[in-house]
Amino acid sequence: MIEQIIFIICLASVGYIAYKRIRRIIQNIRLGKDEVIKDNPSQRWQNTLLIAFGQKKMFDRPLVGLMHFVIYVGFLIINIEVLEIIIDGIAGTHRLFAPILGGFYTFLINFFEFLAVGVIVVCAIFLIRRNILRVKRLHARELTKWPLTDANLILTFEILLMLAFLTWNASDTVLRERGVEHYNIAGIGSFWFSGILSSLFEGWNTTTLIVYERFAWWFHILGILGFGIYVTYSKHLHIAMAFPNTYFARLLPKGEMRNMPVVTKEVRLMLGLPETTNGSSDTSVSPESADATPGRFGAKDINDLSWKNLMDAYSCTECGRCTSECPANITGKLLSPRKIMMDTRDRMEEVGQQIESGKEAFTDGKSLLDNYITREELLACTTCNACVEVCPVSISPLDIILELRRYMIMEESSAPGSWNAMFSNEENNMAPWKFSPSDRFNWADQLKSGQ
Amino acid sequence: MSETINFQVPTMAELMARGEEPEVLFWVGCAGSFDDRYKKVTIAFTKILNKLGIRFAVLGTEESCTGDPARRAGNEFLFQMLAIQNIEVLNGYNIKKIVTACPHCFNTLKNDYPALGGNYEVLHHSQFLQQLINEGKIKLQGGGEFKGKRITYHDSCYLGRANDVYEAPREVLQALDAELVEMKRSRRHGLCCGAGGGQMFKEAEPGNKEVNIERIEEALNTNPNIVAVACPFCMTMLADGIKNKEKETEVKVYDLAELIDKSL
Repeated sequence: MIEQIIFIICLASVGYIAYKRIRRIIQNIRLGKDEVIKDNPSQRWQNTLLIAFGQKKMFDRPLVGLMHFVIYVGFLIINIEVLEIIIDGIAGTHRLFAPILGGFYTFLINFFEFLAVGVIVVCAIFLIRRNILRVKRLHARELTKWPLTDANLILTFEILLMLAFLTWNASDTVLRERGVEHYNIAGIGSFWFSGILSSLFEGWNTTTLIVYERFAWWFHILGILGFGIYVTYSKHLHIAMAFPNTYFARLLPKGEMRNMPVVTKEVRLMLGLPETTNGSSDTSVSPESADATPGRFGAKDINDLSWKNLMDAYSCTECGRCTSECPANITGKLLSPRKIMMDTRDRMEEVGQQIESGKEAFTDGKSLLDNYITREELLACTTCNACVEVCPVSISPLDIILELRRYMIMEESSAPGSWNAMFSNEENNMAPWKFSPSDRFNWADQLKSGQ
Repeated sequence: MSETINFQVPTMAELMARGEEPEVLFWVGCAGSFDDRYKKVTIAFTKILNKLGIRFAVLGTEESCTGDPARRAGNEFLFQMLAIQNIEVLNGYNIKKIVTACPHCFNTLKNDYPALGGNYEVLHHSQFLQQLINEGKIKLQGGGEFKGKRITYHDSCYLGRANDVYEAPREVLQALDAELVEMKRSRRHGLCCGAGGGQMFKEAEPGNKEVNIERIEEALNTNPNIVAVACPFCMTMLADGIKNKEKETEVKVYDLAELIDKSL
């Protein structure tokens, strides 16, 4: 009875902490500008199924894709077992589903155990890849301290949770076979993987066995609940965010840049043209409507970005596929698309904490630009879209880079000298180079003279 | 084809004066107009259009930069100034279909202009040439001079990832009956030449290598006779890379239009 009460208290506390944390994350994302993303739901569901559920882009690298798939399926399916554990915990029952499901229950647990072993093996390989083989994309300037610890904690914790699950089954099996009351449930067959481990427990006396069984059970469920909260502070949040993030990812050609209707209005006025165009004004991608107050041009801080950019940052699990394909990063420049996402998230968390502690947000004198992302990083981008193309969860670091550039150029006019020269050529000569516009058609002379 | 073609480059202004409409507007672009190397591509493409008797026109001196480098560098005002003026010209001539040899112009005209009131059917010259080959209008004589040559194709970002055009340029090259070899990073994973996003017009940020050197090393690893490109910036960057490696006598950089024109 006491055990049940403690369990319910734990469950309620975790629920409360998780609720507060999720609310904080949603509020942080809402710090971003409004952007209406409602178009083409069927295409969006298709992407969610293929790219998020189906992990299509993960298989760009087939072996790692497959290994990741094992953890993913393990996570999804083994968590079905958590339902039984929670009901058992509340009701004080033991393996409640076993009598109901009969022989299928034995099959299910065997299947979960198979996946658990798979998860342990893959997590071990991932730890080796990260720490011993030192795969290049998992070691970078931005992956020191907390991000490095975070990654190793996640993998270690997953191994421990699965070991708890397996040894729980093993010790439980021995107790059941001894006919100990409460564990003595008829109709459960043998478990293949934990059966191997059972031999470890056979020499133990029943009391010690019960203590271990209870320890493993509590460790497993509290571990899962605790991990659930940990995840919301970790890069591992991608396990939840990957799905909405893929759903809301842009469907337009990657080459298209977000229009700025405020600028259109001003330019048309300047050129003496009527305000409206006869074109399709695609407002679905415009964070500000033409009659809204312009605010800043481009982005200096997270609240100048769209909420989708901010959701992107919470979806990033720092895998670094983007950075490993970034031409700037490959050639030793400071830019790393992964760092752009990590910086955006860190700044969001910082502002979120200010709000939590009752301070007014954005009054700390800091901003995403300069305090997190430097100009050198922004200027190194070739806008090649390699980072956007490879991201397994459809994040766009490029969108953030371009918005920050807009701020640099339009609000501060702080372009490198050679860009200023290019701008002035464009303005005066209608070409990025210093040629006279009247010479633009000279190329044809040679052709027309009959060569 | 006949050798005594009298090449024509009609402008929209001339056509309008005659009350004619072209099938397609050839958008030449700044590099195509001013860059000495890329002018050859412009001329090659114009020759193809002439040889096939396609009713085309150019804007001539009425054309301006699409604004792509300004927009990607962050200067939205400048971009929209150029874009809206171009759209006024294009809409004034009632243009419906545009072909261009520059992926940056292609992307901007196709994707960025609609929100500003410019709606056209826009083709990159690789798509246009592919259509002509598929329709049987381009017939290469026995494969032409590139038969059996090793050609590697460099995907430009604004054609490939930006617009998912991966196959058209390759199909054009296959018509040459050449041996097409792929670099390790190609199609979706193709490595940028280093010039996009305004980089063409500034020094690279500090690093340990130039992007075009990284790319040309990869291209040279395929032992090509020709590196085929479909973009003026890629052409500059890769040609510079080849010069840096002192391979300019063995390996040539050509645009798709040049390869087709020479084989026609």
